[in-house]
Amino acid sequence: MLYFILRRFGVMLLTALALTFIVFYLTNLPPNLEKLAKSEASARMTDEDVASWIEKNGYATPVLRRYGEWLGVMPGWTMLQEDGTTRGRCIAVGSDPAAAPRFCGLVQGTWGKSTVFKEPVQKILGRGLSQTAWLMLAVMLVMVPTSLLLGVLSGMREGSKLDRVLSTIAIASTATPEYVSGVILVALFASATAGLSPILADWGWISGKTLFQGTATSAMDDITFWNFALPVATIALYGIGYIARMTRASMTEVMTQQYIRTARLKGVAFRDVILRHALRNALIAPFTVIMLQFPWLLNGVVIVETLFNYKGFGWTLVQAAGNNDIELLLGCSVVAVLVVLVTQLMSDIGYVFLNPRIRLS
Amino acid sequence: MTDQPWDPSKPILEIENLSISFFTRLREIPAVMDFSCTVMAGESMGLVGESGCGKSTVALAVMRDLGKNGKIVGGSIRFKGRDLTHMSEEELRHLRGSEIAMIYQEPMASLNPAMKIGAQLAEVPMIHQGMSKDEAWKLARQIVADVRLPDPDRILNAYPHQLSGGQQQRIVIAMALMSKPALLILDEPTTALDVTVEAGIVDLVKDLGHKYGTSMLFISHNLGLILDVCDRLCVMYSGEAVETGNVREVFDKMRHPYTQALFRSIPLPGADKNSHPLVAIPGNFPLPHERPQGCNFGPRCDYFQDGRCNAAEVAMSTVPGNDRHESRCLKWQEIDWDAPVKAKIAKEKTPIGRVVLKMADLKKYYSVSGGSFGSGSKKVVKANETLSFEAREGETLAIVGESGCGKSTFAKVLMGLETATSGSIMLFDENVQSTPIQKRNVDTVSSVQMVFQNPFDTLNPSMNVGRQIIRALEIFKQGKSDEERHARMLELLDLVKLPRAFAERMPRQLSGGQKQRVGIARAFAGGAKVVVADEPVSALDVSVQAAVTDLLMDIQRENKTTLLFISHDLSIVRYLSDRVMVMYLGHVVEMGTTDQVFQPPYHPYTEALLSAVPIADTKVIRKRIVLEGDIPSAVNPPPGCPFQTRCRWKSQVPNGLCDREMPPVQTLEGGHQIKCHLSADVLATMEPVIKTAAE
Repeated sequence: MLYFILRRFGVMLLTALALTFIVFYLTNLPPNLEKLAKSEASARMTDEDVASWIEKNGYATPVLRRYGEWLGVMPGWTMLQEDGTTRGRCIAVGSDPAAAPRFCGLVQGTWGKSTVFKEPVQKILGRGLSQTAWLMLAVMLVMVPTSLLLGVLSGMREGSKLDRVLSTIAIASTATPEYVSGVILVALFASATAGLSPILADWGWISGKTLFQGTATSAMDDITFWNFALPVATIALYGIGYIARMTRASMTEVMTQQYIRTARLKGVAFRDVILRHALRNALIAPFTVIMLQFPWLLNGVVIVETLFNYKGFGWTLVQAAGNNDIELLLGCSVVAVLVVLVTQLMSDIGYVFLNPRIRLS
Repeated sequence: MTDQPWDPSKPILEIENLSISFFTRLREIPAVMDFSCTVMAGESMGLVGESGCGKSTVALAVMRDLGKNGKIVGGSIRFKGRDLTHMSEEELRHLRGSEIAMIYQEPMASLNPAMKIGAQLAEVPMIHQGMSKDEAWKLARQIVADVRLPDPDRILNAYPHQLSGGQQQRIVIAMALMSKPALLILDEPTTALDVTVEAGIVDLVKDLGHKYGTSMLFISHNLGLILDVCDRLCVMYSGEAVETGNVREVFDKMRHPYTQALFRSIPLPGADKNSHPLVAIPGNFPLPHERPQGCNFGPRCDYFQDGRCNAAEVAMSTVPGNDRHESRCLKWQEIDWDAPVKAKIAKEKTPIGRVVLKMADLKKYYSVSGGSFGSGSKKVVKANETLSFEAREGETLAIVGESGCGKSTFAKVLMGLETATSGSIMLFDENVQSTPIQKRNVDTVSSVQMVFQNPFDTLNPSMNVGRQIIRALEIFKQGKSDEERHARMLELLDLVKLPRAFAERMPRQLSGGQKQRVGIARAFAGGAKVVVADEPVSALDVSVQAAVTDLLMDIQRENKTTLLFISHDLSIVRYLSDRVMVMYLGHVVEMGTTDQVFQPPYHPYTEALLSAVPIADTKVIRKRIVLEGDIPSAVNPPPGCPFQTRCRWKSQVPNGLCDREMPPVQTLEGGHQIKCHLSADVLATMEPVIKTAAE
């Protein structure tokens, strides 16, 4: 087991290196750097000025070397300026160059500084991730039990009326992307002029103008049902349909297995056949899907956080990408890569506990 | 529920005029029609028939578990006097598992893979007797010991995949016995198991039946097994019971043409491919919606009389003076049942020619990564050890052994799908042992071909039959033009006795026997000289088996093919082979002509194997030798003789030689080889396992 995990960590590290290098390369393409120079210094620079700015800020060295510096496995660049002071990647402006460390990169905990927010990248990411973590937690708490319940209920008697109804719901929900369902939900529940809210307000059932809040900004300080329900529902709806379909497929297959017949003919009640015999076997396939939802959620929050103006990880990613904030974008990609790899490792380990036939080797 | 005390002299199970249909969108398919049978307390009833005859449907009907499409459309099933057909789900649930229990064909699939054995066993008394968990586990432990499994505590905490097939089946039996049911339904309980394991299971079932006084409904296609286990039997054909009665009486004095034809198509001791060939039942099993008018067996019956047998439905009629013996035949009183089999032309024995294939000291080792986490230690599976033999032109060499003995590995090495670790394979003076099939030339490939075990999986489902045979011809570079190949394909269809129109059919439109014929045609497409037939008939029904076996023999006679017949079925081996090679754990333990191997002296393993095969003949007396334990793993074979862990003759060898040394190959008279430490004197004292009682 330990050996397996260690080996998986090795593979993960390699994957992470490869992925971050690709992102690094793409964000550090010359046009991007030119844009960076123009936004950092002056928008009306000549081409020579741009070239010299790029050189002075350490962006002219080969891409592999810069990647090494960013990682913190190669010493940061230093440069003697005309006025006799030394500039360098690891030297803060105005500090003593001799006291500065040689290495400053990801490994040392220096993730760079965001050009948009004028703050260290770690700080912004930390803030964004903690906000997103709450959102994801809420989504998972709603999505996983609901979808498993839907899937199991529709899969246990294939072709029954219950199955048909639940399957229709699941297909409809998974066929609606977030940007559609989000808008529909806002229109239905959080608009002062359309949907349910004006009716409810007319009847005097709600004190405010809308039932739910159309923005989740206030949820960053204080999460309430009324400001958080719509973003959570928007993300969960899509996932519910997807996981429910997977669970249903897996459940219907398990229900045709001979050991289910054995259990039935042992005299086990239908409820116990489902709970004790079918469920664990039926959860093996959806488990992987659920674990795959974590990375997918990161992607889902981009739209929902922007739609509901919730300043989490997704919103940060959008800001970084929109403003050519290279360091922040790189930081985001590191986080995303880690989330994907860690959840996959968790799913592989969890698999072993669900399925005794699988041995880690 | 009406809990009236039940009179033990009354039948436990009474099925009367039961009819079951399956409903599809197209039509109603009658699966069982007008089926009646009675099982008394402590009695075991056998249900025999070919696949599709409805025997499993009857079993599931007793359990009332016919699925969504199946419905009981008529008749009644009374269990201890209560009608099961009108019971509610709740009442049924109380009966299932506690009063009626079932044992299934595939033990692995019947056990929940994600639940511990103990939990699956303990569940039964916890549901039915409301037993506490601890007590239930204690009972489970006791029953596991009862079904003669070693180390019950370890087994209770194991998952199904950690047990061998035989152990799994014992667990399924234990599960059925957990609440001491009054009726046990066994649906082909040993079909998926090896013969020696089967013998152990059969003994166990019989003993437990006596011990607990359980009545049994035993479903099988194997007549020999029915004779071993059952008191009475019921022969089914195409959804109907055609004959029922006392086992011995039906075996000796059958009164239905189908029963007779069935017996003539199975190889009994005494049958011989040349002088006493098997008689296959002509024609095919009718599909449920294409049953003929009148007697279902009519179109295939030798005694068929137009205008009488196909006039109206035939009812069961009692054979008088006998113990509840009934037959569904109009003419049973007119047929001369003792008439000898219509003399089939005895065929010439094929002359045996020059040596075609010669193997010397062939070894095949596989290395597998050991340890559960892929840690470096490699283990070696010795699949074949020092295999040496010759096969001659026109000869049938049978290779016999249980699963895991290395017979399939040997076939793979010969075919070139694997390469040998060491040793040589000479095929027509050409050394092929280290040439994988990709590098063999077309001639070699087309001269060594294989007929596979499962005809259902080995034909491409999306290509018609003719195209598949032509494809083989193209690969073997036969024929100059497409027309020539097409003509050759039609000839091949003639060769395997399939109508030429079958060239246009898709595999799904063919029956199992027909598919296997296509497989044979494909194997012979390139004029194969050596054909490896890997259990070619074991997936087929008995009546079809005979026809396919005969076909193989006929083609062999014509083409002087060398046939390597891999099988675990000793009856068929005895019937058709010239020489036999018995394998155990990768070693050839005995080799000789068929007569030598089937007569004493035996290798101890051959002796056990012979005694394990059920024989459907009441006149045959068999010595029972049940092997203890399972076949050792080839990864970790026992030291010394591979068979020493299960050998009953071990004590006859002095100085514990069996534990230490690999036995030498002793050559007895006539070139009969036995790999055993037993001295010639001891071997000479061996008695024949199978004796025919004097009449």
